[in-house]
Amino acid sequence: MKKAEVVAIVALLALLVAPLAMDRYLLSVFVLVFWAAYAGQAWNVMMGFAGLLSLGHSLYVGLGAYAAAALFVHFGISPLLGLFPAMALCMIAGVVVGWLGFRFRIEGVYFALLTIAFAEVARIGFDHLTWTGAAGGFFLPVSRETAGQWWNLRGGPLFFYYLSLGMALAALGICWALRRSRLGHQWLATREDAEAARAIGINVTRARIVAVLISAAMTSLAGVFYAFYYNNLFAAQIFDMSRSIDIVLAPIVGGIGTLFGPIIGALILIPLGELLTEATRALGINAPGVKAIFYGLGLMVIIALAPGGVWPAIARRLGIGEGRR
Amino acid sequence: MTLALTIEVLIQGLLNGLVYGLMALGLSVIFGVVRVVNFAHGEFAVLAMYTAFMAATYLHLDPFIALAPIAALFFVIGYVLQKTIVAKFIDRPDHQQFILLIGLAIVIVNVMLLVSGPDARHVNLSYAYDAYFLGPVLVDKTRVLAAGGALTVAAALFAFFRFSMTGVAIRACADNPTGAAVVGLDVRRLYALTFGLGLACCGAAGALLVTIADPTPTLAPAFTLLAFTIVIIGGLGSMPGALLGGVVIGVAEALASLVVAPSMKSMVSFGLLVVILVLRPRGLMGRSAS
Repeated sequence: MKKAEVVAIVALLALLVAPLAMDRYLLSVFVLVFWAAYAGQAWNVMMGFAGLLSLGHSLYVGLGAYAAAALFVHFGISPLLGLFPAMALCMIAGVVVGWLGFRFRIEGVYFALLTIAFAEVARIGFDHLTWTGAAGGFFLPVSRETAGQWWNLRGGPLFFYYLSLGMALAALGICWALRRSRLGHQWLATREDAEAARAIGINVTRARIVAVLISAAMTSLAGVFYAFYYNNLFAAQIFDMSRSIDIVLAPIVGGIGTLFGPIIGALILIPLGELLTEATRALGINAPGVKAIFYGLGLMVIIALAPGGVWPAIARRLGIGEGRR
Repeated sequence: MTLALTIEVLIQGLLNGLVYGLMALGLSVIFGVVRVVNFAHGEFAVLAMYTAFMAATYLHLDPFIALAPIAALFFVIGYVLQKTIVAKFIDRPDHQQFILLIGLAIVIVNVMLLVSGPDARHVNLSYAYDAYFLGPVLVDKTRVLAAGGALTVAAALFAFFRFSMTGVAIRACADNPTGAAVVGLDVRRLYALTFGLGLACCGAAGALLVTIADPTPTLAPAFTLLAFTIVIIGGLGSMPGALLGGVVIGVAEALASLVVAPSMKSMVSFGLLVVILVLRPRGLMGRSAS
């Protein structure tokens, strides 16, 4: 067995038994870590594999969350079934964004702006949609009777810990498989040089659309999870550009286009945020914004010192062969 | 809805749009030359608004007079920022520049929050309620002054790029940085100058904006998006395009808040953005890629 495999198995076992020693707070922090790792993995399919910079992934989080929540609240449909229409809705939205972008050759920064524009339109739209509570928020009912219904994603912190861990692992598995597939190689070729990829017979537009579809579908599940974990949805929060930014941070900091990058990035950023909260509290600084100032500075330092991401730097040191390619 | 009201709103949108256009012009100039997208642009604009607010409150400086020193201050900030930090990121991929500037944006917003709190700040001007009457149509004096200021600054910038040697050198850099370096231009210095000029536009726009809107930290990300929308509609890298885009957005938003609802107005500008990207992917006045 290779050193890398031993490390991975030990880490996984540790995560499986760790909740025994955790309080509610720590559990909630790990849920955030796994969520960020999952969503980052989904985003990485588009940016890391296919080279499509999306800065509007909050669109898919929000659509997925609202779709599953509305089906549950209005029709009593379990999210385990509701996630399929939610995925379908996000895939349709993804096709619209992708088709517009690729059909009219909107690339790079322009494409990123297009994705932001769609997320913003959705934010304002849902802020006015009374069927889902408009600006007043959309709330999922919480009651004692439904408390243990896992099929309705009702459960305690422990339930959501294992659910989010499972999602993060599944996303890792999917990305691993995609990376090795024919499609994965087409993406890499497209990312490195679209013209050359076209010349050797790759259907670039098709490869890109498929990347958007997979990424959108995966991200929609992050939205479904969000809705049933927090039990409340506000369009101004879930579609906000800062959510899109949060999603892209973990994979970029961890290492774009790598399999473990989003996980490592989430493991760095979420605890960093929590530590800053603790540190400012311990120092008795009660001013708003201090934490975020350090967070912003931290981002600038990380990207200046480890431009390719933290994970490739660690992997090289450990002698594990996961470079950019 | 009377005709006079409609015309009033249209004029208001046009005048606001010129000031937005000046802010977007700064973004466009930076992107057109340095090829870095300034994701902290709206944050700098709101920082300039706060600076103008403080100048008005503590130094009793009229924002229209404070405009010049604020623009100069932001020029220095931009110059130093480019020389010290952004220069290292020039050849890096888009997403790394994005993280750097998003980090900076987060810092700026939260410094403003820390210093000034979340509440909107208002500058009291003795002529804030003055207006001109064009028949039945009423036009705010501050908006006319702000739009005039925006046009003046923009005209000065156009003249600089067209007639001064440095301006011509910067345009050479934009067209072909390698060629510019070969003929002996100091590309790094010219980039720093450009970033400075871009932020100076942004600073001037902020000083003008404070007379027509009240700054809050949350305004900043919205302004960044607004500047992007304007620049893309006008055409990234096109200077007249930025002003035109500002006017288009200003008028569209004003009409939207009159016809639909004020809270829906930015939806109209994003809708417009999508339509224009589809019809003219390089914007209204952008050069075609091919």
